[in-house]
Formats: sequence, C-alpha cells, structure tokens
Amino acid sequence: MALTKDLSYSEAAVLAVQREMEADARVVVLGEDVGRGGIFGQYKGLQQTFGAERVIDTPISEAAIMGAGVGMALAGLRPVVEMRVVDFALCGMDELVNQAAKNRFMFGGQGRVPLVARMPGGIWDASAAQHSQSLEAWFAHLPGVVVVSPSTPQDNYSLLRAALQCGDPVVYIEHKTLWGLRGEVDEDMAVPLGKARRVREGNAITIVSWSKQVQACTAACDALAAEGIAADLIDLRTLWLWDRETVLASCARTQRLLVVHEAVQVAGFGAEIAATAAEATGCRVARLGAPRIPVGYAPVLEAQSRVGAEAVATAAKKLLG
Amino acid sequence: MDSSNSSATPRIIGEALYRTMVRIRAFENAAEAASQGGVSAYGQQAAGSAKVRGPLHLSTGQEAVPAGVCAHLRVSDYLTSTHRGHGHTLAKGADLVRMMCELFGKATGFNGGKGGSMHIADFSVGMLGANGVVAAGLPIAVGAAHAQKVLKKNGDITVCFFGDGAINRGPFLEALNWARVYELPVLFVCEDNRWSATTASGPMTAGEGASARAASMDIAATQVDGNDVFAVHETAARLVHEVRDGGGPRLLHALTYRVKGHVSVDLAAYRDPAELAAAVETDPIARARGHLLSHGATAAALDAIENAARDEVDTALAIADAAPWPDATAAFTDVQTIGAGQWH
Repeated sequence: MALTKDLSYSEAAVLAVQREMEADARVVVLGEDVGRGGIFGQYKGLQQTFGAERVIDTPISEAAIMGAGVGMALAGLRPVVEMRVVDFALCGMDELVNQAAKNRFMFGGQGRVPLVARMPGGIWDASAAQHSQSLEAWFAHLPGVVVVSPSTPQDNYSLLRAALQCGDPVVYIEHKTLWGLRGEVDEDMAVPLGKARRVREGNAITIVSWSKQVQACTAACDALAAEGIAADLIDLRTLWLWDRETVLASCARTQRLLVVHEAVQVAGFGAEIAATAAEATGCRVARLGAPRIPVGYAPVLEAQSRVGAEAVATAAKKLLG
Repeated sequence: MDSSNSSATPRIIGEALYRTMVRIRAFENAAEAASQGGVSAYGQQAAGSAKVRGPLHLSTGQEAVPAGVCAHLRVSDYLTSTHRGHGHTLAKGADLVRMMCELFGKATGFNGGKGGSMHIADFSVGMLGANGVVAAGLPIAVGAAHAQKVLKKNGDITVCFFGDGAINRGPFLEALNWARVYELPVLFVCEDNRWSATTASGPMTAGEGASARAASMDIAATQVDGNDVFAVHETAARLVHEVRDGGGPRLLHALTYRVKGHVSVDLAAYRDPAELAAAVETDPIARARGHLLSHGATAAALDAIENAARDEVDTALAIADAAPWPDATAAFTDVQTIGAGQWH
C-alpha cells in the first residue's frame, strides 16, 4: 500500500535516510551538526532514533569527513557524508576526487566505495560568493562518481534512496533554498538514477534544466503556453548519468534545445548537453546560465547571477525566432 | 653498531623479521633495476626499455619499520600506506609475485595493471592501498578504524603509515584529532625518513615533528630508532596491544632515513654525502644481521634467507615479464556501475 505524505524537501530527505538506515545496518551518517538535525533539518531526529554511533557528529574537518567516509566504505559501512554546502566540500576535494572516485578503478576492483556525499548547492539568499556556488559540472567531469541534483520532495526522497543503494560514490547536490518546498511523497515510488522527469509536454521546443532552476523553467513554460508555445520541459534529476535517451528523443522532435542552469554558463554542464544534442540530432541549441562572476552580496549584485523565468522565456522565443 | 635493547627477541622471531626486511630489499632492488631510466624527471632521461615505468618510490633503508610493526598484525587488521608502500604491502602478507606483476603493469597484478607501484594494494590481506597523495591515507585509516568500532570488530585495528612530510598537511591534524575524539583503534606510524620529496623536512617543519604534534592532541606518542628492527618490534608490540585493548589511538614515531632519492631516477645529488654515509652506517639489515649473529644465529641460516629472497624475486621478475598485458577493454571496467561505458 503506497504511503503518500505531504513533506518538505528536507523532511523527504530525512525519511529517505531513515528508511535506508532501517533497512541496512551498514548505513551511517557523518558530518558537522548532523546530531542536531543538520543545518537544514535534513537529518532531523535521526540521531535520536538511531543513536550517536550511527549518526556521527564530527569536528569541522571536511578532509577527514570525506576521507573517513572512504575508509568506512572500504571497511564495510555505507556512509552518508555531509559536507554542509558544496562550497565547503572543496575542503575535502582530494578525498573525493583522488580517493573516493578513483578507488574502484585504480585498485582493480578490489574494493568499492559506496558513499553518498551530500553537498547542497546554489545561491543561498544574501550569502555571497563563498556560499552560493553551483559546481555540478566539476563532478560530472569526474569519472567514477554519480551526480544527482533533485528538484522536488519526491525526487529527494526517491533519489537519495537510490543513491544509497547504488554502490559507488554519489555526489548528491540538494539545493540550499529548496528545503522548505512541500509536495506529495509516495514512499514506495522508486526513481532510478539516470532517468529524467518530464515536467511539461510540448513539441515546439525542448527545455532541459535541473535543481531549483526547474521552477523558473516551469513558470517560463506556463508563460509560453499562454502565448500558444508548447515547450517540452525535462528535469534531468541526475547529471551523471544523464538521460540522453529522453533528451535526444525530445530534441529530435522539436529541433530546438535550450539548457538552463543556475551555474555559470561558461563551461557549465549545459554545454555538454547542448553539444551532445547538436551532434546527435542536428537541432539548434542555446544555453542559459549565470555570467562568469562570483555571486555578489547586495541584492542588486546577487540578481546579476540569477536566471529568472522571464529570461528563460525570452531565450526560448529567441531560439524559436 | 648494535644499539638494540632487545636481546630478548627470540631468534625465530628475529630471523622472521630479518626475512621480511631482506625480501623488501630484494624486491625493491629488482624493481629499481627494472625501472632504470623509467621516468623523465629529476634530470634523468626516460628509456623505453624500462620494465617498471613511471614513478617508483623506494623505501631502501626503511625496511625495519614495516617489518617490526606488521609482525604484530592479523589479516583482519587494516593498513593504509603511502606512495612508498612496497615494504608495507609485503610486511602485511601480500603476495610478492602479484606485486611485481602490478609494477610491470600486467593483468596478473593486484590491480590488474591499473595502479602500478604508487597504488599497490591487496585488500585480501587488509592492505587498503598505497596512495599518490601525501597524508591521504590518514583520514582513510581513521574511517576504517571508525568502521571497526561501529561494526564491533573488537580487537581489530588499523595501522596508518605516513611520512614526515605528511605532518605538514591538514589531513594529518584532522585525522589525529578525530581519532582521539572518538578513541579509535588506530596506530599511526610516522616513518620519519627526513625528506619531503627533494626537500629536507627539518627546515620545513615547526617544532619537534610527529610525536610532538600527537602529544599536543593528547595522543601517546613513542619515538623509536626506526633502523633497529628489534626496537621497532618491541615498541610496536606494546602500542598494538594498547590499541587492540581499546586504549584509543597511539603514534609510533620511527626515526629512519631514505637512502635512495625521492623516486628511483632521482640521484639525490642535492644531499650532503656525509649525511647519506652516516645513514648507510646504520642500515637496518646489516645491523639486524650483526645482532642475530651475536645472539646465536648462524651465517649460513641468514645467507639462506637472503638467497631465498633473491630467488623468490628472480622468479617474480620472470613471471611478471612473461605475464599478459591487460586487455584494452579493462580501461573501461570498474569505473562505476551507473554511468559506465565508452562515453565521449
């Protein structure tokens, strides 16, 4: 019997970890402030339920948190490694890039590193340059890891469970300002890694996005629909492996692709999608991301890094024109 | 010459320690010969004929440390290593032939030819890998030890080898702090060989080094003459026992010397010849031999150990040389499960 609940994005994450911890005694959580529920409430109540031995508070030691996660995984645990925000995950980059991602291949398959590294990304309102980055392209570029970026409570629940079951290192990028987003969550709904979600259906143009930018794209699609333009909006959900089949089928049909992301447009992951689609289908492509500037603090500066619904609609119409 | 305070070490153990050291030395000497001119770095020219290619980090002169420490370990104990890991691997009980095959890049190596010398590993004996990044093994060791604690692997420990260069990287500090905070079953072993790549460590290190830094975090640290295998063995016995007993982390600070350059093609011309000469005077194998001879071992027995090691290594060289290369398709295996394949 499906249990459907109204949950926030953070509550959905708590439930996902709880279900995995109930199902598998090897699942542990480690990170700063996880015992009190995590800074976004994404671990709320788990330490009370499972104890401090499985929900492990750590010193502020990102390199050791990520590195210990690798050691724990090699020694038989399945750790959820909390990095607080993607900007701080950079302090554990060797441990992720040179250790976690390389281990399985480099040692000839002797061991596996089943860890999920959660590192919330994106602009955090008024939090300036070191707390507002979108770095998913860095990780998509890295062989050995899966990269996930959920946009809804349902996806955060289902994809986090899939990530914990996948057996390889997963870079799991939630969005810093989606935690309060509410939605229906079906506990029994499985979402496989690598499968996109169709948000709006149409034949005029394909729009591909992920994470919080799906919201701006949805609003843009609704505005376009009011003008009689039916866009096909695809939420990628997983960036590596990304769902080429769904995207390319849509592009073949519409012959127009717009990729939208919060990250800096230059060398962003949108370029990979656009190039792949153009090579495979010959469709016209456009990208829409942030300018190549650090995110500023003052509202007027921060706004320069944001890509809103209006900009998406404008870019879509330009591509159609 | 013989500064050992461990005349109590029974001869059978003494000879076993000697065998471990001699096997490491024989292996590395052979690997070095097979690597001549293998890297175009440090002013040396690459030669295409090298059988062991790429960086080869030799632990010549440091053999007493892994021999003395690993003698106390079980297969279920974990070990993390450095880029200079042949000795750790052999001392932990890994197969010498498969290690040579890996150095040759062959399909029959531990890693199927995917890692080479710098990533030598044998998970089947708890050796979780040599590492190309200085200090990277420390957090991994802490994680393995933390898992042993969570999984109630009572009595099992993790041993973490690192060098004097590693203590100036953040992960060293992070790992020691964590290990102490959670009282983890980990023995940190600093192989203080006095060199950080091609820079002397002393002028680059504030304070007294590894043991002092451990003490500052309330981790009991013991210094030992790392070129005296019996002293290492005796000190490690106590520390391993304390860690096994649930006493939390310990640090063994073994003072030794890197006789060779940073990599096999580094002639280390930047070093004071007198420093090297003094170090060679305290060679751990020669010292152990002298000690054993004065405590009842026969020259014939020790010669036999050395000859057996040379024979074993010669056989390994021949096997590695004849072994097949990995299939090209192996470049695409064991990357990851979801998202694997020939992507461009």
